[in-house]
Amino acid sequence: MKWGVVVFPASNCDYDAYFALKNILKCEVEFLWHKERNLKNVDVVVLPGGFSYGDYLRCGAMARFSPVMEEVISFANKGHPVMGICNGFQVLTEAGLLEGTLMKNKTLKFMCKQVWVKSQTTQGVWSHNTEKNKVLKMPIAHGEGNYFVTQEKLKELEDNDQIAFRYCDEKGEVLETSNPNGSVSNIAGVYNKNKNILGLMPHPERACESILGSEDGRVLLESVL
Amino acid sequence: MTKGLIMKARVFITLKEEVLDPQGNAVVGGLKTLGYHNVKDARVGKMIELELESQDRETSTSLVQEMCQKLLANTVIEDYRIEIV
Repeated sequence: MKWGVVVFPASNCDYDAYFALKNILKCEVEFLWHKERNLKNVDVVVLPGGFSYGDYLRCGAMARFSPVMEEVISFANKGHPVMGICNGFQVLTEAGLLEGTLMKNKTLKFMCKQVWVKSQTTQGVWSHNTEKNKVLKMPIAHGEGNYFVTQEKLKELEDNDQIAFRYCDEKGEVLETSNPNGSVSNIAGVYNKNKNILGLMPHPERACESILGSEDGRVLLESVL
Repeated sequence: MTKGLIMKARVFITLKEEVLDPQGNAVVGGLKTLGYHNVKDARVGKMIELELESQDRETSTSLVQEMCQKLLANTVIEDYRIEIV
C-alpha cells in the first residue's frame, strides 16, 4: 500500500500527513509535487490541509488547476481512494469531485480546537473501520469550514448515504452548539456518490497518537489498508 | 486577421440571496457602532477587473461568462454580473 501526499504551494499539513502515514501507520509514502503529472504508482492520494495558492480568489480554486490535479481527478474517477483534509476538502469541492462548498465560518473566526464528530456511514472506503454513530475526537484548524449545499442537494446526500461525519458533542449529540462553523446540518465530511472520495474539515492525520490528544484519526486512515 | 479591441470587463461577484453572509452582518454591526442605525443590511462581494482583447462587446461578454462559470465564481453560492466598459 503506497500513499501519495500532494504538495501545493502553501500546503502546511503535508508533513503531518507524511509523518502519520510513515511513522505511525508504517506505510510507504511519497510526496506528489503540484507541478508533476506523475502519481508515482500510489494506491491512495491525500490532499493535505493548508492554504494552497494563498487561498487566492477562493480556497482551493487555484489548486484545482494545477497539473497534479488533472491526474488526481482521473485517479479518483477510476474509483481509487482519495481523502481531502481541510484545504484538501476545499480543493475537492472546487474540482467538482464533491458536492457543495466551504464558506467562511459563521463566527468569522479561525477555529482551532479539538472537536467530536459522529460517523454517519460505514459504507465508504474510509469508513470500513468505523461503526455507525461512533464518536471520534479530532482537531480542526480552519477559517473556511462552513459547509454549504442547497436543501435539494442535502436531501440527495442523505438519500445516497454520502454524509460521512457530523459535528457532535462528547456524548455524540449532534447539536447546534457542537457545530463550530455553521455547516449545513452539522456536516463535517462528505463522500462522493461512489464513496471512494472523502472530504472532511477535521484532521485525522493529527489525531494518530494519544500524546497529541487522540488516536481516533487512525480509524479513518487504516480503513483503506 | 484584424486585431481586436482592448476592452475592460468588470465582474461583480456576490453571494446568492439565500446564502447567509456573516461578513455582511459584521459590516452592519460595525456601521451601527459608528452610529449609522439606518443601515438594514450589507452584503460583501468582490469585483474583478479584466482587460481583454476581443472583436466586439458580445464576444467579450460571452467569454467572460465562460470564465465566471469555470473559475471566477463558485456558482454553488455565488451570482455574478458582467459589465463591459
